[in-house]
Amino acid sequence: MSAITLSHVSKCWGAMRAVDNVSLTADEGSLLVLLGPSGCGKSTTLRLIAGLEEADAGTITIGGVDVTHLTPAQRKISMVFQSYALFPHLSVAENIVFGLRVRRVSRAERDERLRRVADIVGLSHLLERKPSQLSGGQRQRVALGRAIIAEARVCLMDEPLSNLDAKLRHEMRTEIRALQQRLGMTMVYVTHDQTEAMTMADRVVLMRDGRIEQNGSPEELYNRPATAFTARFIGTPPMNLVRQNDRLIGIRPEHIRLVPGGDHVVRVKAVEHLGADSIVLCEIDDQPISVRLDGFSKVQPGEDIRIAWDADHEHRFDSTTEARLENIVNESRLAASDR
Amino acid sequence: MAALRHPTTPGMSDLAASSPIPERRAGSQAWWNAVNAWLLLLPAAVLLITFTHYPILATIRHSLFITRRNGTEVFVGLDSYQAMAADPIFWKALVNNFWFALGTIPASIALALVMAIWVNRNMRGRSFLRLAYFTPTVLPMIAVANIWLFFYTPDYGLLDQLRGLFGLAGWNWLGEPSTVMGCLIVMVIWKEAGFFMIFYLAALQQLSPDLDEAASIEGASRWYTFRRITFPLLMPTTLFVAINAVINSFKLVDHLVIMTKGGPNNASTLLLYYIYEVAFTFQDSSYAATLTVVLLVLLSAVALVKFGYLDRRIHYQ
Repeated sequence: MSAITLSHVSKCWGAMRAVDNVSLTADEGSLLVLLGPSGCGKSTTLRLIAGLEEADAGTITIGGVDVTHLTPAQRKISMVFQSYALFPHLSVAENIVFGLRVRRVSRAERDERLRRVADIVGLSHLLERKPSQLSGGQRQRVALGRAIIAEARVCLMDEPLSNLDAKLRHEMRTEIRALQQRLGMTMVYVTHDQTEAMTMADRVVLMRDGRIEQNGSPEELYNRPATAFTARFIGTPPMNLVRQNDRLIGIRPEHIRLVPGGDHVVRVKAVEHLGADSIVLCEIDDQPISVRLDGFSKVQPGEDIRIAWDADHEHRFDSTTEARLENIVNESRLAASDR
Repeated sequence: MAALRHPTTPGMSDLAASSPIPERRAGSQAWWNAVNAWLLLLPAAVLLITFTHYPILATIRHSLFITRRNGTEVFVGLDSYQAMAADPIFWKALVNNFWFALGTIPASIALALVMAIWVNRNMRGRSFLRLAYFTPTVLPMIAVANIWLFFYTPDYGLLDQLRGLFGLAGWNWLGEPSTVMGCLIVMVIWKEAGFFMIFYLAALQQLSPDLDEAASIEGASRWYTFRRITFPLLMPTTLFVAINAVINSFKLVDHLVIMTKGGPNNASTLLLYYIYEVAFTFQDSSYAATLTVVLLVLLSAVALVKFGYLDRRIHYQ
């Protein structure tokens, strides 16, 4: 049993509500991503789960046990820090078994578990090194090794890949996800990178200003963003939002087609060639709109092109509340059918 | 200098010949580089030689001569050193200095560390506390000596007034050979601990709080974290502070001038104070030079231990 549940959790720093009435559940053995821009409260939420901060209100349970007022050690979790938090004066091996030594695990068992973990994270040949003699990716693996050697059922990760280069990040992303599934850990993973969230998560919780903006599977966030904020945050490039009267019309760049007799005329501003596809940045009524075209597009900046999209790919949001409008329609329809 | 040698080595001249620059020009360029390097070193070198290296050599030379009344110098070889070995006051000063160092160094470092950890936490009046700890360092030595002179004064000094409350008789703290060294040690600890605390505080603030948090997630107690993480990471600071403390313990002289003049019966004479007395009270400059050489050897030994042994065993970030 290792499901994590937060119910109505709040944390304030003076007048600032860093975490504001947050409720969520990470199912046992699943990977939940806390996603959001910097300062949205995702790291604070993670630190509340870890017990590094104490909640002002609400309860936190891990595996059905109320841990709200327990110390980090009593919560039986492991954690990977953004800075990795490796002990610089200790060797890789000493770093990894630090927790086992604290808990006075016998030397034989320590060595046995170290051997196994070093094998998993691929550090067997570097055990005698100091952290300063390792590359960024290797340090990341040490931090990972230290987190999994405890065999805790819950693993918390605070932007673990943000200090790595793009290629390594992609590699580690896959590895961490594979490790999480193989060991069956419940993982809460904080990131501001929506690609990480989309590729790794079973469930994504998008946060903004200390509140949950949307909580759903990656597919739900992508295909049915509940708010214009979610629509803008998810996807590269994100969803186009075009103001029409009191509405925001949302349309994904890949759903826009170049049609000779299209409904809208747009002026091309710039073209980004990505190889497999091209992003054409255009302007419609002084509002930016990007179009994803297959292959190497021949469109030139300054050109006027005609575009079109299917009506069922259109998302509609209220321009003041930014809420998805179909939901309201659906809900009122549901309410009507209840009667 | 290395640049100057290059063109003359066979391998390099081959290289120079194959490069578009003719060998002679490459040679003169290397020469110019060397001149430039020495010119850049010159100001620092002049200062170092004038005020450090020359005085050391002059002192050593001076310890091998004695000066007659008419001002002529006579070479006496190691006679002054033999006289020193037979001088009971020298040995007394050396032993005093040893006890003084042993009394002040560990205590002031431990106190500094405890105070730094205390004021490094988030609490009210933190900056006031830090300032209070640092005050003894800011005060002039003479003022410090006078304040403590009042504490230790027999009968109406602070200590004796406290003793009076318990009905105890007055005690001449600085006038008794048995207590004078203890009194000096307490005063110096008070003065040094605040100064050393600043270094520890700076080092503590350099440590990432993530390390403490990582340790607490692993279930490490505060004492365990301090013992295995914080203290080892503070070792460079501890070493620096310890070296300073050793040097300071040999450098103390102003307090002695004000408070005890080395007395009673040389019970508080330290090495540098003895040198000062020999040089300026007894006007025996060649014997003072001999004593200074001993002090130099002691301090060099400390430096050697630091650079040769301790530096290699300590983790520097």
